[in-house]
Amino acid sequence: MSSEAGGQQHPLGIYLKIWILLFVLSAFSYMVDYLNVQGYLRWTLIIIFMLLKAGFIVAIFMHVMWERMALILTILGPPMVLFFFIGFMAIEGDYTFLARVDYFGADPNAVPNPVVHDAAH
Amino acid sequence: MSENVASSIGAPRPGLPGLVDDWSTDKQTYHVPWGKAMMWIFLVSDTFIFSCFLIGYMTVRMTTTEPWPLPSEVFALSFFGSDPIPLILIAIMTFILITSSGTMALAVNYGYRKDKKMAAILMLVTAAFGASFVGMQVFEWSKLIEEGVRPWGNPWGAPQFGSVFFMVTGFHGLHVTAGVIYLCIVARKVLRGDYDKKGYEIVEITGLYWHFVDLVWVFIFAFFYLW
Repeated sequence: MSSEAGGQQHPLGIYLKIWILLFVLSAFSYMVDYLNVQGYLRWTLIIIFMLLKAGFIVAIFMHVMWERMALILTILGPPMVLFFFIGFMAIEGDYTFLARVDYFGADPNAVPNPVVHDAAH
Repeated sequence: MSENVASSIGAPRPGLPGLVDDWSTDKQTYHVPWGKAMMWIFLVSDTFIFSCFLIGYMTVRMTTTEPWPLPSEVFALSFFGSDPIPLILIAIMTFILITSSGTMALAVNYGYRKDKKMAAILMLVTAAFGASFVGMQVFEWSKLIEEGVRPWGNPWGAPQFGSVFFMVTGFHGLHVTAGVIYLCIVARKVLRGDYDKKGYEIVEITGLYWHFVDLVWVFIFAFFYLW
């Protein structure tokens, strides 16, 4: 809990442990791309590593887990409406995409042009 | 009633009963320095700005019927004529930002121990990592611009790729740049002893901003570069 000044003072060890953990999680999420994992497994792993990293940063580095409930809910409560926003836009985006395929004859299976990097870089 | 008031001033109750106590006192709700409460309110509003960018990105990426360029290939980089390594620069930038978050957390700790010198040095180290991050982003931008990426088009696929890239990484880079300046100013004031009497909450408040910048990058890295 907070000291009398309202400040956050915790042992150094916990920061170092979380720091190492964030490094490992970042390495894992990079490996997802490096090892070319694809499909649902890729998206699941990306989301899991992302949420773990975000959670540790907010809870430990930003000290939210040691704050009082009034402040925690003020910080984490309002952003929850974003889940509705994401849901609405996903439904709308899906509809727009299908309309473009159905009525404008767009090719849903087009592949991007290959990326050729200049050897000088 | 007087007992309740006394208990909320003396040893505040934790958890949900504490939530009721904090909101029902006629004094103040958040038992933190006002600067910290205001920084949190700013960060919550900033969360909404970045969320709007990322949700906008999701929407254009879902709706476009043109193929999305593969970030893994676009952001590949070769060293000394090697085969291009996918996303290598972005990975290095991620590690740099995480390292800077670690040094910032240590700076907060040393600040509360009233170790001015260590706190200021660690803040300056954090700022240096932040500056190198921005430097790499400048490199990334100039490389992509050279290859023909524009906010209205690119050689590989959906033109929205460029708009989202410049918008999101540009706004994040702006935050990092502001954070570097903020850190340097506060580090100088810490070193000068401006907070000897006031206390070192300011280091924690600066830290909140810096960790937030790192937090936003976690989401950009996952959704823009890895997805």
